[in-house]
Amino acid sequence: MELQAVLMAAAGGSRMMDLTYNTPKPMLPVGNKPLMWYPLNLLERVGFEEVIVITTKEVQKMMSTDFKMKLDVKMKLDVVCIQEDADMGTADALRHIQQKIKTDILVVSCDLITDAALHEVVDLFRAHDATLAMLMSKAHEFTETVPGQKGKMAAEQRDFVGVDESGKRLLFMANEADLEEGLTIRKSIMRKHPRMHIKTGLVDAHLYCLKKMVVDFLADNKSISSIRGELVPYLVQKQFSKAINSPTTKDDAEDQNQKQKDGNINMELHLSSHNEHFLQLARERSCWNDHRGDMSEAYHGGKLRCYLHIMEQGLCYRVNTLAAYIEANRQAPKLFEEPAIHPSAVVSEKCLVSSDSIIGASCQVADKTSIKRSTIGNSTTVKEKVKVTNSIVMHGVTIEEGSNIQGSVICSNAVIGRGADLKYCLVGNGQRIEPEAEKTNEVIVGSDQLMEI
Amino acid sequence: MADSGVTDGPDEKGDISHAKREGTELTKEEKQRLRKEKKQHKKNKERKDDKTSESQKEKPPTERSPTSKQAAHPPTQKAPLAVPTPAPLPVPVLDAPAPAGKPAKSKTEIKAERRARQEAERASKQGKKGDVIPQVPAGKAKLQPSELQPVVKRLPEHVQVDNPEVLKKLAKKLERQQMQGDSAGKEIPLRSDYGYKVSLFSHLHQYSRKAPLTQQLSIPSTVIHPSIVRLGLQYSQGIVAGSNARSIALLHAFKQVIRDYTTPPNEELSRDLVNKLKPYISFLSQCRPLSASMGNAIKYIKKEISNIDSQCKEEEAKSELQKCIDRYIDEKIILAATAISKYAIEKISDGDVILVYGCSSLVNHILCEAFDKCRKFRVVVVDSRPRLEGREALRRLVQRGISCTYVLISAVSYILPEVSKVFLGAHALLANGYVMSRVGTSQIALVAKAFNVPVLVCCETYKFCERVQTDSFVSNELDDPDDLIVTRKGKTQLGGWQDVPLLGLLNLVYDVTPPDFVDLVITDLGMIPCTSVPVVLRVKSVDQ
Repeated sequence: MELQAVLMAAAGGSRMMDLTYNTPKPMLPVGNKPLMWYPLNLLERVGFEEVIVITTKEVQKMMSTDFKMKLDVKMKLDVVCIQEDADMGTADALRHIQQKIKTDILVVSCDLITDAALHEVVDLFRAHDATLAMLMSKAHEFTETVPGQKGKMAAEQRDFVGVDESGKRLLFMANEADLEEGLTIRKSIMRKHPRMHIKTGLVDAHLYCLKKMVVDFLADNKSISSIRGELVPYLVQKQFSKAINSPTTKDDAEDQNQKQKDGNINMELHLSSHNEHFLQLARERSCWNDHRGDMSEAYHGGKLRCYLHIMEQGLCYRVNTLAAYIEANRQAPKLFEEPAIHPSAVVSEKCLVSSDSIIGASCQVADKTSIKRSTIGNSTTVKEKVKVTNSIVMHGVTIEEGSNIQGSVICSNAVIGRGADLKYCLVGNGQRIEPEAEKTNEVIVGSDQLMEI
Repeated sequence: MADSGVTDGPDEKGDISHAKREGTELTKEEKQRLRKEKKQHKKNKERKDDKTSESQKEKPPTERSPTSKQAAHPPTQKAPLAVPTPAPLPVPVLDAPAPAGKPAKSKTEIKAERRARQEAERASKQGKKGDVIPQVPAGKAKLQPSELQPVVKRLPEHVQVDNPEVLKKLAKKLERQQMQGDSAGKEIPLRSDYGYKVSLFSHLHQYSRKAPLTQQLSIPSTVIHPSIVRLGLQYSQGIVAGSNARSIALLHAFKQVIRDYTTPPNEELSRDLVNKLKPYISFLSQCRPLSASMGNAIKYIKKEISNIDSQCKEEEAKSELQKCIDRYIDEKIILAATAISKYAIEKISDGDVILVYGCSSLVNHILCEAFDKCRKFRVVVVDSRPRLEGREALRRLVQRGISCTYVLISAVSYILPEVSKVFLGAHALLANGYVMSRVGTSQIALVAKAFNVPVLVCCETYKFCERVQTDSFVSNELDDPDDLIVTRKGKTQLGGWQDVPLLGLLNLVYDVTPPDFVDLVITDLGMIPCTSVPVVLRVKSVDQ
């Protein structure tokens, strides 16, 4: 077997608590499908037959009842539950399933919606015998107004990504938060790769191909808890570390940096057992070099290599903020050719449903309603004379007559009273909006949620 | 006359079908006759129906037979010239000789009939080239007995890219090469050609590096072993390039395949493993056409696998095979390189100026060894676009401390007066003494000959090939045409080459050098002239 897929679905959705306090993030509906269906579908399309899903018990329960998951996902899902409050990072989760991992892995996050050609990432991983290969995409501006947002959003901390001339080799990765004084680049990197492109407008898709020895390394190094935050920058930095490239540092193990040296030695051991004699012979005789202009051999003799594929075109969303969630709801249906109106929905003739709206299963839409650019979830009831524009309505919602909903997000099982007028609002789970209410740019959630922090 | 044919037919048919039932093998002649008779039978049935309807329709058959009678005679007399004439000769030609000799068939007449029929058949087959006749593989054309007709010799199928039927057959063959027991029927995908191909080379494949074969495979590749997929990718992207490197990488990948192999129940390792390797080899040849050295290595492995004792346990057999592969690499590549450098160093004297072309691992090895043995010489490295492999050779030599000069191939006649010897590497040595090597080699050998500079080719014996080739057109490799496009100062001149209707980009990889230009071939068996290659091949095959 070549690659094992691991889906990380235990994330809390900490940046969109309003949506996720009742529904766990992996099961949030996007285009009437649960969010984690999208990466699973991506894996299935490229040909995976088994996926290890790391998630919480709650999500597992919801997964087994969701019929979309049962019907459409034909792969074998090996669900591993972890405690919700254990506060495990993604790397901790990998350590947890170390026994199950027998080959190189492909780690995917549950909030990734993309139509990327995965073979580009995996081909880099295979061809260059890389330790890490990841996917990034050019970021798009989110143009939709986000409900409940007062004022402009604070600019997020940027990621600085340094790639070499060819645009494939990953040389440098740091987040703005970690760079206090400025961006420092080691001379050893500049000597080996004099031309480096540093990019900031990229979205990390959180899709990583990792060698098996990285998982073994994680098992020995318990200090690393997040793949994106700690493991990836560590690996990128280690490409140019002297300890890896010169084989004689085993004698230098001293007590001062014992833990760090241990880490180094571990990585060396893992790497050296990997390289084989014949591969070395073949490489010596091959007339190929990945760079030119200096006197060193291919890859500068380095054994650890990290590669990156940057998607120029196509969709790539990570649904971790409310704005991303709304954008994803608009764009995700374009990925698939499915009828906008579910066959089991009862839609009366006198209503106006625009072509870019989606009506879920078992819906009831009454006369004289107008639904434009919106997503209506499953089992939702929409009564007469309702206008729904630019909104996302989740499952089991009841919208009474005469309501006007614009640019809003209505969570599951909410009830919108008759004649209500909601503009750019976020209505939490199970909330009731009283009739004739007029709310603009508000977040309406229950009092129990306000207690949680 | 038409009807009389029918009466003869069923009897003969009865004979043949009787023979079939008895289980004896039908000769090709009989098979052809059977087919002919079936056709005859059908046509006669049709004609019978026509006759009953209108009398007018009788005329064309009757008209046809006298002309066909005449047509039958020229084939019997002027056998060699029958090729250009047809016009698919109608089947009634076959009727004509039969009724002519019906009452008293003497031996000579029967022979004449049979010959006429065969020639007519062959002629009709040539005429109907487009038809898919199921039982006729390409090789059958050569099986026509003793006739001295100059039948157009067909190229092997993997070379005929411009023939759509051949492509269809190739696709089907790839489909059939599935893993045993894989009921999902996943097949090896066919890589499609890219861009306009120059007409002289339209029979060869031309692929684009941007469209890798892995696009069509599932990502955790189950049909093809992962190390083979990795190898295919490395070949198509040029990461593993050079004859020796490719062979070693191939054997390494096979070692991993053998290590991960388990014999299915009720199968023998010696037979099943060879079948398992076939789809992998097709996959690799789709990624990049196999080199002669790779072909010989594959032949060796297949031979070793089929020679495995059936009593052998699986673990023993696998470790035995791995040892064989290790031995092959050690003997044929590594030790051969040592032996060749020993011979070659004798030929390098102090004060020499040695010209090398491109990056040949063997020539680089020889020069480094010679330098280590304290010979004083300097090197001229000649390079050519688009690969510019000479830069890599330059780097390796300079790193050792050898003083080098670097020129492009356009300056070869300028630099040659300074050169005392030319060392060339080879991709393969053909059975007629021609040297197949990187494109540009024959140019250098020609110019060196003109300047009376000795040309020495260094080649291991495992690259010797039984093929015969006198030109670079018939069998070559076309690389990605987009490699020829160069961007300078932001401007790409050939960027829109596909839109220009009369423009084709040709990126050849190999060419053949005639033996007249090569003075000596240094192999691990010694220093031999170019024309002794068939002797070496003969001796090798006797050994094995």
